[in-house]
This record gives sequence, C-alpha cells and structure tokens, in this order.
Amino acid sequence: MNDIIKLTLVETVDLIKTKQVSVKEIIETYIKRLQETEKFNMLSEKNYAEALNLADKADSKKTEDFRPLEGIPIAVKDIFCTKGNKTTASSKMLNNFVAPYESTVTRNLKEAGSIVLCKTNMDEFAMGSASDTCFQGEVINPWTDDFSKPLTPGGSSGGSAAVIAASGACFSLGTDTGGSIRQPASFCGNVGLKPTYGRCSRFGIIAFASSLDQAGPITKTVEDAAYALTHMASWDKNDSTSVNVPLPNLLKNIKEGVRGLKVGIPKEYIIDEMSDEIQKLLQTGSTWLKEQGAEILEISLPNTKVALPCYYIIAPAEASANLARYDGVKFGFRADGPFRDLNDMYCKTRGEGFGKEVKRRLLIGTYVLSSGYYDAYYIHAQKVRRKIVEDFNDAFKIVDVILSPTAPSDAFVLGEKKEDPINMYLNDVFTVPSSLAGLPAISVPAGLSNNNKPLGLQLISSKFTEDTLLKTAYALEKAASFSFTPSLDK
Amino acid sequence: MSNSRPHKISGKTGDWEIVIGLEVHAQVSSKLKLFSNGSASFGSNENENLDFLDIGLPGTLPTINSYVIDQAIKSGLALNAKVNNFSIFDRKNYFYPDLPLGYQISQYKDPIVSDGYIDIDINESETKKIRIERLHLEQDAGKSIHDQSPEDSFIDFNRAGVALMEIVSHPDLSDWEEAGDYVAKLRNILRFANTCDGNMQEGSLRCDANVSVRKPNEALGTRCEIKNLNSIKNLMKAIEFEAKRQVKLLENGDTIDQETRLFDVNSGKTRTMRSKEEAHDYRYFPDPDLLPLILKKDRINKIFKTLPELPSQLKERLKSQYNLGTYDARVISAELETAKYFEDLSEGRDAKQAANWIITNLFGKLNELNKSIKDSPISSKKLGDLLDFVNSGTLSNKIAKDVFEEMFKSSKEAKDIIEEKGLKQISNEDDIEELVDKIISENETQVKQFKDGNNKVLGWFVGQIMKLTKGQANPSIVNKIIIKKLNN
Repeated sequence: MNDIIKLTLVETVDLIKTKQVSVKEIIETYIKRLQETEKFNMLSEKNYAEALNLADKADSKKTEDFRPLEGIPIAVKDIFCTKGNKTTASSKMLNNFVAPYESTVTRNLKEAGSIVLCKTNMDEFAMGSASDTCFQGEVINPWTDDFSKPLTPGGSSGGSAAVIAASGACFSLGTDTGGSIRQPASFCGNVGLKPTYGRCSRFGIIAFASSLDQAGPITKTVEDAAYALTHMASWDKNDSTSVNVPLPNLLKNIKEGVRGLKVGIPKEYIIDEMSDEIQKLLQTGSTWLKEQGAEILEISLPNTKVALPCYYIIAPAEASANLARYDGVKFGFRADGPFRDLNDMYCKTRGEGFGKEVKRRLLIGTYVLSSGYYDAYYIHAQKVRRKIVEDFNDAFKIVDVILSPTAPSDAFVLGEKKEDPINMYLNDVFTVPSSLAGLPAISVPAGLSNNNKPLGLQLISSKFTEDTLLKTAYALEKAASFSFTPSLDK
Repeated sequence: MSNSRPHKISGKTGDWEIVIGLEVHAQVSSKLKLFSNGSASFGSNENENLDFLDIGLPGTLPTINSYVIDQAIKSGLALNAKVNNFSIFDRKNYFYPDLPLGYQISQYKDPIVSDGYIDIDINESETKKIRIERLHLEQDAGKSIHDQSPEDSFIDFNRAGVALMEIVSHPDLSDWEEAGDYVAKLRNILRFANTCDGNMQEGSLRCDANVSVRKPNEALGTRCEIKNLNSIKNLMKAIEFEAKRQVKLLENGDTIDQETRLFDVNSGKTRTMRSKEEAHDYRYFPDPDLLPLILKKDRINKIFKTLPELPSQLKERLKSQYNLGTYDARVISAELETAKYFEDLSEGRDAKQAANWIITNLFGKLNELNKSIKDSPISSKKLGDLLDFVNSGTLSNKIAKDVFEEMFKSSKEAKDIIEEKGLKQISNEDDIEELVDKIISENETQVKQFKDGNNKVLGWFVGQIMKLTKGQANPSIVNKIIIKKLNN
C-alpha cells in the first residue's frame, strides 16, 4: 500500500471513512516512510508508539463515530506545545522541556481525530529562513540532488514543509511570523497557508513575535489546506488576540472558479533581487488566472520597500521580551555553575542556551526598545506598519486578491547565506508585508526553476476572507497542475 | 522646629520646605490574579497558587480577569478620578529571578484611571486636596527567599501575577504627617470601596515616597525615592529622616544624587539602593499579547451605581443623621470597622453616648495595647448591653467604667460581671431612705451645718451613702432623698 502516502488529506479521510484501509496500516506506512527519510533531519521527536496506539483505538470505532480527521497522521512543528512530548522550539534552551498543557491548535486537531506522528525541526525559536539554526542540526530539503550541496527547505517551518515533500504525513503544522510557512512551502513544493492573524489561537505556541505569529497548515493541495484550517481555527478565550469572527465555509465554494474576480499585482513587488525565472513565473500565474476569467490589475503598495526593515524592528523587539523568560531560573536550560553572581548565571545560561541568530535578534530587539532609540526605531516602525496596513486596505478597495511570488528564489544551498543575515532576511521580502498587516496568504506550488526545484506563487486576500483566498489558490493550483515530487532515492 | 503645619526643616540657613509625592501599591481584592487563573489568596504554601502563566511557561498567554478591571474602575471612581475608556497594557522589561516573564505587565502611557484627588484633614476645620495623577494596573512579582540556605535562594511565585493598583499622587504633600494622613485616607477609601483590604502587614498596601526639599519659593530640588515602605509609621519616619538628610547635605554645600533608597527600620535611616546610573531602562512597549482595554460608558456607569458610601460621605451623614460633631464624625469615619461598630452601637441608643464610649473608653484601651477595633475583645453588642445597664439606671457611669475594664480583660458579658461582683446599682428608694435615715440620725453636727445654710455638706452625706453601698447607690436618687430628708 505504498500508494497511501501519495494520497491527499481529503482522499485519506475518505479512505479511512470507508474503512478500505485500517488506520493502523496508514500510520505504519507513514512511520515507515519517516524512518526511510531520516537523513533529511526533519524530526525533533517521534511519537510512533502513541500514534500506533491511537490507530488501534480509531480502528475499534464504528465509522459513524469517526471524527473529521479520524486517524489522520500529522507532523507538528516543534513550537506547538503537545502534552507528553518534548517541545523545544529547536533550542538548547528548551531541549528537555515538556509542556504540561496542549496548544489550542493541536488540541483542536487531536479532538478532530488526527494523530501526531512527530514533531518537526525548525529554525531556533522560529528565527530564520533556512532551517539552519536548529539545535539538532540543519534540515535538508528532500528536493536535494547533490548531498554534498544540500538544499535548504526554507524556514522557519522547514521540517514541517520537508515532511510533506517527503510524504511523511498527511499534512503538517507550521507557524508563520514573516513568511515561515509560505517560504518553506514554496521551497519544498507544498501548499502553505497563513490564515488571518487571530484565526488560530496562539495559546500553547512558543512565542517569537506575538503580534505576527500565526499557525497554519502545510499540505499537498489547496483543498487539503482548507480542510486542515477548518479544524485548526477557533476563537479561544486563552488568547486575547484570537478573533471571534466565524470561519467561512472554506470547502463549499473552493472550486467555483475565479471568473469576475479582481486580482492585483503590486508593481512594488517587482524587485531587483528577483530572478528572471521568478518574474516569468509571476507572469505565467497572472495569465492562468486571467484565462479562467479573473481580471488582472496592476496595483500599488507604496510602502512595500520599508516593510522588511519595519518587520526586522518589530519582530525582534517583541522577541526580546518574549524570550526574556528563558533565564535559567524556572525551567529549561541552565548553564553549569558555579556562578559569580546572578548576572553571571543569566549571561552564561542565555549565552550558551541560545544560538547565534536568536542572540542577534534579541540584541537588535533590545536595542530598538532602548531609551533614546525607541522613538527612532520602534515607534517609527509602528507608524510604518500602519502605513502598510493602509496600503493593503486601499488595494482591497480595488482588488479581491493580490498575486506575487512567494520568495525571490528557489531553494538555495544550506549555509550559503548563513554569514550574510541581510541577504537571508531578503527571503521574506514578499511575505513580510502581509504578515505585518495580519492578512491571510497562501503559497501554491506553480512550477519548477531552471534547477528543477519548486517555485511557489503567493496569494494575499483581505482579513477573514480565507474563502476567497483558497478559491483563487485552487484555480491557480489547477492551472499549474504541479505534480512533481522529489525523488528520494539519492 | 516650629509646631505650625506643614512641618518645615529648620536648618542653619533657615526653613526648608518638603515636597513629597507618593506611589502606593494596593493589591486588588480579587480571588484571581490579573491575567491568570492562579489564586490571589494570601498565606498559602509556597508556590501553591500557580497557573502556568505565573511561572512564565512558554506558550502561555495573559488574558484579562474582568473582575480586576471592575475593581480598578471602582477605585478610580472612589478617588474622584477619570476612568479612561482606552488604556493599554505595556511590558516593563527587566531581569530578576522573581519576575517570571522577564517583564512585568503594567500600564505606562495610557493608564486605566487618571486625574483624581482625595481631601485630607489638616486640622479641625480645614482640608487639603491631594491630586492623584494616575491609577494603573500591574502584576506583582514573586518573592525571593534568601534565608533558607547558605548557598541557595528560593522563590515563591504565589504573588507573581497578583493584580496591583499603583496609585501615584502629585507632589502635593508637604510633610510626613500629610503623607501619613494621605495614605491612611487612601487606604480607608479603598477599604470602603472594597477594592483593597489595605492590610499593610500582609503587603496588600505598600508605598514608595519621592522626597525633595527646597527653600520657600524656590524651584523643586532633586528628589530621592524611598522604596517599599510597609507601614504608615515607617513612611512618616522615613520621610522625616530623608528630608533632614537632604537639608544637611545641601547646607554643607553638597548636592543630592537622584537615586532610589531603602529605609532601614532598625536604624531609622535611609540608605542608597541604586543610583541613577544603575537605574533600569525598562524598554516599555505595548504588550502584543493583550488588546487595548476599551471600557464602555455603560460599564463605568453601572459600577458607579454600585459604589458604596465612602468615608467623606459617611462623615457628613454621621453629622446630619446622628448629630455628631466634626471631630467625632472624623474619628468614627476613619475606619470602616469603627463606623460599623458605631452604627451597631448607636442603634436604638443615644448616638453621642455611643461615640463617646467608642472614642474615649474603647479607643483608650485599644491604643494602650496597640490594637485596632477589629481586635476589640468587646463587641458592639456587648458594649451596647453595658450602655443599656447605664441607661436603665442599673449601673452608674463610674461603675460601668469598672465593668468595661473587666469586660476588656476577660471578654465576659456585662451582665455576668455585674452578677458575679454584685455591682447592681441600688435604686430602690426604700432601701436608700433607710440608709439616709441612719446617717442623718448618727450625724447631728452635719445636719445642723446644713440647716445653717452650708450646702456643701450635702456632698458629704452623698459620700457617706456611697461608702456604705460601695458606690452602688444610684446617685440621683440618693441626692433626691437626702435633700428631702434634710429639709424635713
């Protein structure tokens, strides 16, 4: 039954519902797949024994008692607290941390019947765009041909994207702060959906930048993303920033097409750093939508240029406070003593417990909040953020959806940008503006690069219109008919 | 030093004025903490009252406990302040082991309450308005414990996350007595409003004092902040010491360093805690985990309607309803328990008598023992019984005071003491006549003196009767009968 892992989420749900295959067989098949693909270093924690146990339980149920995700194997980014597993955020700081509570998103999914197969590696505390800052080593993109030059799966949800590329789970969970779901989905040939800020509860998700963090699914298809999000999202009293706006029915009209829909292409998204093939991809994407009856309009998002610097002030500022709790006092890593004094304990613990990129961002964040710099950086960035929100508001008066590339390139070789953080940060140039505005956005695989690596196109819609977003994404997916999968036998 | 108020510091170069602003941290009376479901109760075992947020576990988020917000609104209204319909929770960043998140959630630029005032009494007839700049909500920290082991420190996080109201006055206070009165009054208002229990021993109310000195009509001097004053007595002592210290420095040609100081209760002195250079840069910014707090007018109005009688209103009512004088009304309204005690006691009795007994006798004894009315061994019910014995003529005022002393010592009922000791007043006229007849027949000299017009001798006769009855004879009846008999 090696075909099992080729199925989409929606197909697998049907398969289970009709009892054509036992849940146990599905889980075993996926476990086998994960065992075969360990060389990609995608997993931080394996949950196989519990998964098999849950499979038996599911199989003992009557079909009429099946829940919407009964028996569906999922992979969870190691930033979601899950009871009974370690939750490390791929940091030495939390290397032995076991949360005594379940994140709301994973609880929703578990209550819908899904089975957590594994936790996935990521950039430490979700800070990175290459999954090369994990405490347990870099994640390797399954699309890698030459293992002497392994490719990045993107980041920070690189493990979760790689697992789907390797067909190691039906779908996976990521979090997106400035592109951390969409860019890895683009690099790995998956669909990556970042919902409206507030759609999914942040409770139980280890915080990076609270005003930006949002959970979302990484899937094989757009329909799968709609199905997964339907069972992830909830208004949660444990998260003040989660929103009480009912989720539209995401599946009902997903196939109805884009006729009459207005799609904007922001002229500011045509940037120097973008290669010809990405430009061409964008052109192709707009043609696909046009051919299906959408109206393509050039729009302007004038403050796009300052979105990246704005993001790299706000996100580190929030992170500098969010990560202050890791001080060696209450839980997590503490450096070996003896210590001269309290400060010595703090310095050694945080010095040894955090990796280089995390420390870089904590320093930036602390700096931009410091008195004397606060107005010039943090306050200024907040003003810019409001401008960016206004840009989008204006744009959505004219168009329904915005189309852009997801990332400025295909997957690059791991280590290539590690010593050049600015270049690394440029990866987020198309994803960051919508994050700052809290908008739903999705990356859809749209073609292969000259190197035969996946490339994604991004769609952005206005707040709470995930239905429109997914409908457009579905049309794009259909036209692209991206059916490539990496060959894993290298 | 002159005795006129406000007190000034008289130095070599003349008088110096004191300028004081106070920051009072009042723990909100609430079952739960500000942002978590941890219990806010006092006196539990270490680390017993914890929610996950209270130790900063990753992924946990603060959510506002709306009861605490209501309490802050109520406090603001009780302090004649403006309740803001828009306020923001900020993160105040600093590292300390008892601060679980590495930041305190507080309010910085946009507090929930601003621009209030309270009036303090500065003498019998005058009050002084002390302006309150703001009241904001913030989390308390945990407690570091350093005395359990020579090597290790421990932390009790029970208090971490408990809601505090920081109430900041303008620098309108001019001496330590005003500062003490202000805190007492503020505490009293919050207790009347039932938003803070005001228990300073348990740390429910603590003060920081900003103190500076200046020559009259000169610009404000450099201030020092004295942290963590946990009683009104210490607050007053610390301010007085600090003002004198500053005057001494200035008169010696030194300057005041703006710094944070601590008051040492044992020495009665303040000492440097940290200098301005060591001051934290708190890097305040709005907490992205919490939305701005929007308060609708309806909610504020609804709470306004539930506002109980406050000390100033009570004082006026005591004057109008019970005809108490200003002094009595002030003393009775100074504590919630006193007012309650008084109203219970005066129920169906003479209010003035009730006030006198409380202020003179009960407070006299309680003050001797440094006790508050809450700890009084004589309840209002028991004291009422005693007054009833006086009013019915069963006890003379004098004997009643003896019974009161006994009641205070033993907590016994007046009735039992009177019976045990046979203290009942003799009011039976026949019994008294018999005694008067006896005295008159045995003392012809004094009878003659009376008949010769010496009225003073009347007292002598009364004294004799009282001697015979061990003071238990009803004096007015004794008087009446003696006069009647002597005139016969």
